[in-house]
Amino acid sequence: MELIEAIILAVLAASTPLLIAATGELVTERSGVLNLGVEGMMIVGAACGFAGAWLTGSIFIGALFGIIAGTLMSLVFALMALGLAVNQVATGLALTILGVGLSGLIGAGFVGERITPATHLYIPGLTDIPLIGRVLFGEDAFVYFSLALVAGVWWFLYRTRPGLILRACGDNHVSAHALGYPVLRIRTFAVMFGGACAGLAGAYLPLAYTPFFIPGMTAGRGWIALALVVFSSWRPGRLVVGAYLFGAVTILQLHAQGWGVGIPSQLMSALPYLATVVVLVLLSRARTGGSTAPAALGTVFVPDR
Amino acid sequence: MQLVLEKRAERSNTIALISPLIAIGLTIATMVILFAILGKNPLLALHAYFIAPLTDSYSLQEIAVKATPLVMIAIGLSLCYLANAWNIGAEGQFLIGAVAGSWIAVKTQGTDAGVWVLPVMLVLAAAAGALYALIPAICKVKFGASEILTSLMLVYVADLFLDYLVRGPWRDPHGFNFPTTAEFDPVATVPLLIEGGRLHLGSIIALLVIAGAAILLGRTIKGFEIRVVGAAPRAARFGGFNSNQLIILTFAVSGALAGLAGIIEVAGPVGHLQPGISPGYGFTAIIVAFLGRLNPLGILIAGLFLALTFIGGEQAQIAMKIPLDVTKVFQGILLFYVLACDSLILYRFKLVFPNRQVARGTH
Repeated sequence: MELIEAIILAVLAASTPLLIAATGELVTERSGVLNLGVEGMMIVGAACGFAGAWLTGSIFIGALFGIIAGTLMSLVFALMALGLAVNQVATGLALTILGVGLSGLIGAGFVGERITPATHLYIPGLTDIPLIGRVLFGEDAFVYFSLALVAGVWWFLYRTRPGLILRACGDNHVSAHALGYPVLRIRTFAVMFGGACAGLAGAYLPLAYTPFFIPGMTAGRGWIALALVVFSSWRPGRLVVGAYLFGAVTILQLHAQGWGVGIPSQLMSALPYLATVVVLVLLSRARTGGSTAPAALGTVFVPDR
Repeated sequence: MQLVLEKRAERSNTIALISPLIAIGLTIATMVILFAILGKNPLLALHAYFIAPLTDSYSLQEIAVKATPLVMIAIGLSLCYLANAWNIGAEGQFLIGAVAGSWIAVKTQGTDAGVWVLPVMLVLAAAAGALYALIPAICKVKFGASEILTSLMLVYVADLFLDYLVRGPWRDPHGFNFPTTAEFDPVATVPLLIEGGRLHLGSIIALLVIAGAAILLGRTIKGFEIRVVGAAPRAARFGGFNSNQLIILTFAVSGALAGLAGIIEVAGPVGHLQPGISPGYGFTAIIVAFLGRLNPLGILIAGLFLALTFIGGEQAQIAMKIPLDVTKVFQGILLFYVLACDSLILYRFKLVFPNRQVARGTH
């Protein structure tokens, strides 16, 4: 029982950064913008998040630093992809290349330092309930926040007027523009939201997942988050399922090493990446014929005046 | 005040030519600011980056050595990008090529195998790179899976596979437990062009690849098809060009070139298989492809320039203690400016003042 509880806790922790980053990217893509720079924004978020927490001793301020860093990175993307109508795929790649360098530069002084990681919730009585107590009432704040974030995004997209307009921009920017909606401004906000989420997701890694910073610590999680958005067919509900599934694969990989299964550790480490490929193939195959992606995803929009 | 893009009646050829130069100029200006922030003398730093490596024969050879894999990979990528196929997993194809070629080198180690070893290594590496690139290409064509994500995921898989081999079955028993294979035999090594120098046969192969790509794109129907499918997909459909077939073809060629670059790097400058054989060649080659405007000659120049930044970065680190990550930042910023300046080819930038706009509208 203890082991199952420990595994569930570990899965939730491993899933949370994926869920936060993917939720942000989902909103971005719903507005019609494909930002491939999630990995770059995350990795800068990780470095800035750790720097913030180390300098101030506050996890909250660290998280804030991560959010600000991610948002600034996304603004660079918005300026390029929306302001200058540059190809979104290429701009996203550039953002990742730049992010990896910046993260190394910012984080160089913090390698080897440690901080006190984010504390876990403890409610006497409730958290002590066997099996479910720690899972439901003993997580760090980020885990609860990530679930609230997905719920909020669902509510925003499907239950509010601005959410409807944002989806309209993603499906047909020409019509949305003709109706008088400021397509580029809406998309800029969506991109910034995605950047803030990616920055926070990156900051989660050194602030709560491991209490230290190492270069390249996102290890492709930003790309997996991008795959998760495809996996979810651009729906927030399925995103939660997908993120937890991937978190589970990651943890399975760690535990298999601990149990001494006679499989090379590198093969186990490759599992999340292989799983991503398999999942992408299966899903794309199931959808052949009608894609569920926002119709205007990745296309350049230059308003005609 | 608002920045507005206005589509040009036709693409500006003048700007197409000078835009990479504008981009390099803007990047250097940005770097000066970054150096100042880091507390380093910008002029000395620029000298270390861009002038010092050009002043001695060793560095010049080293630039050609570094440019070799960059150019080979970038040529392949440019074919993909021209055909609108997004292969961004060249890093993985590079590593798999290195692994496949090293297999022969490791198996023939210490035997009296003949001169056939190196050619077989090269062929095998190219084949392995092509096959590895075909995985995302086939997933894309058959199932519609995003080639961007699948090709990238396979980079991590290739990296871990190489790591497994050099820590496990292929580890050098006399290597003091370092994760590396033994040094390759002379027959499994790419020959040097200058005795005692660094320049090797791979650079000649890279030049041949450039010539081949120039002929393919400029003189053959396949090259024409690649360009049309990318530039005008609708026209290509009317023309009866099969874009799926071109995705497969360009990915295979691109993977083969990346794989070839991988084994040339391992059997040449590195001399044995170990983790970290690539300082991100597969990703830097993306920048080389765009900076060279997806054009073979342009890619040669861009490859030499990016190689200069690698060597310059190392010199700046030694001479001025400037962190190596600055090179990556430099490359990222450069790609941004290249893309932004490309926008000038198709659009005119205009500053618009919204108030006046409204006043005019009321007429």
